[in-house]
Amino acid sequence: MQNFLQTFFNTKVMAQYLPDILSGMLVAIWIGLAVVVAGIAGGLALACLRTYRIRACNVFIICFADIFRALPPLVLILLLYFGLPGAGIRLSGPMVLFIVLALTLAAFAEEIFWAGFASIEKGQWEAGISTGLGFSRTLIYVALPQAVRLAMPPLVNRVLAITKMTALGSVIGVSEILSAATTAQSFSGSATPLSMAAIAYLILFLPLVFVARMVERRQDMRRGR
Amino acid sequence: MNNRPMLEIVSLQKRFGENLILRDINLKVARGELVFIIGPSGSGKSTMLRCCNRLEEPSEGDIILDGRNIMSGTSRDLDQMRLKVGMVFQGFHLYPHMSVLKNVTLAQRKALGRSADEANARAMDMLDRVGLAEKANAMPSELSGGQQQRVAIARSLALDPLVMLFDEPTSALDPELVGSVLAVMKDLKSKGMTMLVVSHEMEFARETADRVVFMDGGVIVEEGAPEEIFGAPKADRTRAFLSRVRR
Repeated sequence: MQNFLQTFFNTKVMAQYLPDILSGMLVAIWIGLAVVVAGIAGGLALACLRTYRIRACNVFIICFADIFRALPPLVLILLLYFGLPGAGIRLSGPMVLFIVLALTLAAFAEEIFWAGFASIEKGQWEAGISTGLGFSRTLIYVALPQAVRLAMPPLVNRVLAITKMTALGSVIGVSEILSAATTAQSFSGSATPLSMAAIAYLILFLPLVFVARMVERRQDMRRGR
Repeated sequence: MNNRPMLEIVSLQKRFGENLILRDINLKVARGELVFIIGPSGSGKSTMLRCCNRLEEPSEGDIILDGRNIMSGTSRDLDQMRLKVGMVFQGFHLYPHMSVLKNVTLAQRKALGRSADEANARAMDMLDRVGLAEKANAMPSELSGGQQQRVAIARSLALDPLVMLFDEPTSALDPELVGSVLAVMKDLKSKGMTMLVVSHEMEFARETADRVVFMDGGVIVEEGAPEEIFGAPKADRTRAFLSRVRR
């Protein structure tokens, strides 16, 4: 038992590396927030654009969504970080991480919002259009709020899954939680920084998991009515 | 009072692929007139109604609203025209995420550009007219089907339409709720609204309609005063249809 605690919860190591882990959390939060904002905004914009049913546009959107849902983000991260400099484009680690995760989230969010749009009755559109709102205003005031409501539970889950992937930044030297922890682990020779990282992730993401649960429950209640 | 028709359908055709759904429909609706359209399902009556505000795009022909052809003009002109043509659907189609009041004010504010106060006042007037002023803050899901349909009528009326189109307004309602909707329609008629109604409520047609139009196979087979159509139909197809619905 003593041995176990010494390995995973060595208080001296903890005190020493706490600042690193905390600053890693900060980095994770910033990149995570940026990814969520850009990814959701991008996905929503694409889903809205898709409702106009412009053929060339929709082919592009569907290809984008399918490709970015199929590719493992790690592959893209390595490709951009180690591949692009060869073509003369050098992006920082955090930038690569942000771009890849935001695009991945945008692809999933687009499909989730689109599913929301697709399950809105045709009559809702017809009611808006027949009262002179036109397509765009019917989209904004009638269809969008309903699509967003339907999209919430799967969207929150997807946001969780993708923001967790900020840990992938550790392979390209982004000083987020996991990379701070592995660095500390190799210096200290103790597994304690890794357990600190685990705790840090729990602190960041457990509240989000609860939010996801609440959103789902609210949706179920609404459906049950 | 000018005697130009309020709504005129000229040589209207509608094709879905190879299928000719409407073939050469001509119909004039006078100011304040209630024209009632009957016919078997698939006769094209709903399609014809939906062509009148271009929810369904006519393949050929013209729709003339108060002297202006709605088939010409920009998409903005079309939205302006649609404001003047109220439409009531079989399935009500209230916006479920908005209160009754918001349902009635949305297009007033965003399409007509009325101020919030103006739109609210107008909405309350219209809700009062359909007997639902006290439900202004309810959500649509809290209302019965008949109440929802009356709100949908108020939503259209609030835009001061020249014509109201009713597409089987009572077909989705439980029998005991039909009366309240028909009463609102009767009141509209008595106040001089021009109305085009597709419905199976023959009793209502007999009492309220100025003219009854029988459609079958995408054409107008016969039209006339309710007593003519119901009392002494000339065409065999009309007789056959009426004897089927009366049973």
